[in-house]
Amino acid sequence: MSEKYLVSIEHERLSFFTPVGEVKALNDVSLYVKEGEVLGIVGESGSGKSVTSYSLMGLTAYPGRIIGGDLYFNGHHINEMSEKQMRKIRGNEIAIIFQDPMTSLNPVYTIGNQIREVIMLHTGKNKNEANERAAELLRLVGINEPEKRLKQYPHELSGGMRQRVMIAIALACEPKLLIADEPTTALDVTIQAQILELMTELKKKLGMAIIMITHDLGIVANMCDNIAVMYAGRIVESGSTDEIFYQPSHEYTKGLLQSIPHLNVKEHERLVPIEGTPVDMLNPPAGCPFAPRCKACMKICLREMPPMTVLSDTHYTKCWLMQKKESEGADA
Amino acid sequence: MGERLVQAEHLQQFFPAGGMGKNKKVVKAVDDVSFYINRQETLGLVGESGCGKTTTGRTLLRLYEPTQGRIIYDGNVLFDSGDVPLCGEDGSPLLNEDGTPEMGAKTAVKMLPYRRRMQIVFQDPYASLDPRMTVGDIVGEAIDIHHLASSPKDRYDRIIQMLERVGLNSEHANRYPHEFSGGQRQRVGIARALAVNPEFIVCDEPISALDVSIQAQVVNMFEDLQNEMGLTYLFIAHDLSVVKHISNRIGVMYLGKLVELAESYELTFHCVHPYTKSLISAIPVADPKKARASKRIVLQGDVPSPLNPPSGCRFRTRCPYADEQCAAEEPVWKEVSPGHFAACHHLDRVV
Repeated sequence: MSEKYLVSIEHERLSFFTPVGEVKALNDVSLYVKEGEVLGIVGESGSGKSVTSYSLMGLTAYPGRIIGGDLYFNGHHINEMSEKQMRKIRGNEIAIIFQDPMTSLNPVYTIGNQIREVIMLHTGKNKNEANERAAELLRLVGINEPEKRLKQYPHELSGGMRQRVMIAIALACEPKLLIADEPTTALDVTIQAQILELMTELKKKLGMAIIMITHDLGIVANMCDNIAVMYAGRIVESGSTDEIFYQPSHEYTKGLLQSIPHLNVKEHERLVPIEGTPVDMLNPPAGCPFAPRCKACMKICLREMPPMTVLSDTHYTKCWLMQKKESEGADA
Repeated sequence: MGERLVQAEHLQQFFPAGGMGKNKKVVKAVDDVSFYINRQETLGLVGESGCGKTTTGRTLLRLYEPTQGRIIYDGNVLFDSGDVPLCGEDGSPLLNEDGTPEMGAKTAVKMLPYRRRMQIVFQDPYASLDPRMTVGDIVGEAIDIHHLASSPKDRYDRIIQMLERVGLNSEHANRYPHEFSGGQRQRVGIARALAVNPEFIVCDEPISALDVSIQAQVVNMFEDLQNEMGLTYLFIAHDLSVVKHISNRIGVMYLGKLVELAESYELTFHCVHPYTKSLISAIPVADPKKARASKRIVLQGDVPSPLNPPSGCRFRTRCPYADEQCAAEEPVWKEVSPGHFAACHHLDRVV
């Protein structure tokens, strides 16, 4: 199983042990990414999408701990690696772009200094060579006059420029996997379009895999090959982009797709919201976490977590409704 | 419908940005913006961050004193800087006997009576509620200021009525803001605005801080309240698909200027300004097949600094159609079809 995929996360469970109790941030999460593929993880804030990908980089913050499951990346068994070994991979084979480029660059170092740091650490190049490589990277991400920019500080650049610098740092060692954690949420629409286009272009050029974390269904529709929908620390549905958009089978996915307004509808249609509020992760419900907000909730949903229903090679969901449909189909 | 409730004429809002004497710098946050909103209508205002849409909303309520311009609310002039020409019904300037345009009289009225009729809902429900006040007091404060309650019982009843109207209940009145989720807090912010029974509400990005699944709930609530209470909205947001959903008409702003204004259907399907076109095409469509088929117009470069905006047309630095004329002259705000306004030199060339 693990040889075929670049990333395979198998039944990961991760909890935060807070003073007020255990928060089960991830519950039996399994994800697979092939080389050169773009996986989108969609979900609301607090659904565990960032935690999943950070744990793959060994960046689980205290008091969080992986308490079960296996994480493999490019032949490495992440769970069993020491911090020292992790450091060789991080920034080298896996890289990450954060949501807010304003806060993720160090304001007291120049852009050049911050890009060189990664290059010198992982490739052993000297300062001059690293500088050349840094300028080349800035050119790659579409920044004009790279030599001038290298000497500037983050506050001298606009938000879109800073995000380009972040991408340049992430690409410094030509990683096999790029994790993009809401890379455009802090940016304006026209700048967002620029960054998304840049990422698509770079993916083609460098052939890396991307895990795209976002809550914007428009972005996943444009960028991703496969999508995993997360809710309350679980993957509730996973499939190819077309399967998720045209044959959504989990009530939460359906709700998400219905609740967004479309620009290209002519008549005024009333939005169909998902009622209720997101789950309190300290006291999650016993059964399916979405049951309290679900329109088609049955008795069993409140008692037991639904098992996985496989719909196709790439498409599965965790919903009692689909389970029921499948067993009825088998009987008939 | 049809009756103009709020009107802004040649509204300008400049902020000082350091420097003294000759070197004094100003940020032209809003520069010569004119529009009106009819009673029970929703006017949407979209644009990128820093384009002046929030400032426009706040200036309209005189939370900032306008640098220049005229604000008319329900036939009463709230503010007039005294150097803006008066316009007739048809929009043409009124002339004095000697041919010079007639200016309005310098006016600045006391706002308190109007504050009851004009309210605002802020963007960030985490920052706009006082953490040391109970939700009941937050909603009740406006009732106290305007002396709307005849007795403590009446005050309490009004608070509960408002909370119920926005989908909260009576037991929430004694709780503090931190006990609520983002969506619920925004409901409290809306209840506070509604407490004084206003006619006009400026909604300043009321949903952008909320989760996707909650956004639709709040958008629907805004629509219901409008139908029940006959409200008029100025709906400010950067998300064009939400604005299109809720608005009757939409104005698009770029660097302190209105560049286009039209009925929301007309604007989304027959926009004429190159900035509006690129803004619409930049929105990722939540439909994979359409996304693969469509070709996006990706604007080059960043928004210029409002401290030092480009000469002529402000969009020219990023516009694919820009030429010398755009750098030399500022485009005129003109009606391209009934009710559809735009400011661009090359409307005939834009495809």
